[in-house]
Amino acid sequence: MPVNEQFAGRVYPPAAPYGVSAAKIKEFAEAVGSLDPVHTDRAVAQSRGYRDVIAPPTFAVLIAQRSEMEFIFDPEAGVDFSRVVHGEQTFIHHRPLTAGDEIVGVLTVDSVKPAGGHTMIVTRTELTAGEEPVCTALSTIVVRGGE
Amino acid sequence: MGGTLSSAKAFEDVAVGDALPGKTVHIDRARLVQYAGASLDRNPIHWDERFAVSVGLPDVIAHGMFTMGAAITVVTEWLGDAGRVVRYSTRFTKPVVVPYDTGADVVFTGTVSALDPQTRQATVELGANCGSDKVLGRATAVVQLR
Repeated sequence: MPVNEQFAGRVYPPAAPYGVSAAKIKEFAEAVGSLDPVHTDRAVAQSRGYRDVIAPPTFAVLIAQRSEMEFIFDPEAGVDFSRVVHGEQTFIHHRPLTAGDEIVGVLTVDSVKPAGGHTMIVTRTELTAGEEPVCTALSTIVVRGGE
Repeated sequence: MGGTLSSAKAFEDVAVGDALPGKTVHIDRARLVQYAGASLDRNPIHWDERFAVSVGLPDVIAHGMFTMGAAITVVTEWLGDAGRVVRYSTRFTKPVVVPYDTGADVVFTGTVSALDPQTRQATVELGANCGSDKVLGRATAVVQLR
């Protein structure tokens, strides 16, 4: 089944809020090799004006991908996950993700376009804490066409 | 972004053309399993060779998001505060193939390409190479200087 181009413009209801924890921030920072103590030492983070320890810049993917899965595994969307390749990724940070944040992600399918036998899909996830915008994550995925 | 007491690099101390200290990151299967757990991206193409080959890949490949996450540390270590990245984008141009025996080395570089005195922001172009393969394309970070 091909990807359903009618899905361009669709907005998904928010997934359950994601609670950003100091433990997950530390684990993620270690995994990507981000040694800044701002990820692990609350006193350092506060000395720089943050409320608590903050996440590395790509941590937002963890939350955004939860929202993207709502679309990718939507049976009506026609996306074959085994053919999905990550093409591009952008993060626009309004402020750093901080331990204690309760983050809600709202996913919009910005575009679905055929491209040389493949399908290019751009999704946008707006991450907010209450009314406050925290991060915009844009993801381009390529669904490879059949052989 | 960032507190007033921050030790982050000052706008006045940065010039267009400045080269950031680069780094080489060794990636092995253990590293990918660690990232899979931390990021919750447990796709077996990143740790199960048999599965990766069955879907047409040459071998296990690194998560593109691992490479993106490792690359930005070149910027944040130079900048002195990981909380001052206001925009970060990349294309994933080639997979990083991670053989069991040798793993893979990715060489990261960074160069300041633009400065905006109005916002006191710098744009950094990042390079990420594995052997002769350019694995990230148009990798660009905008950071808030002090």
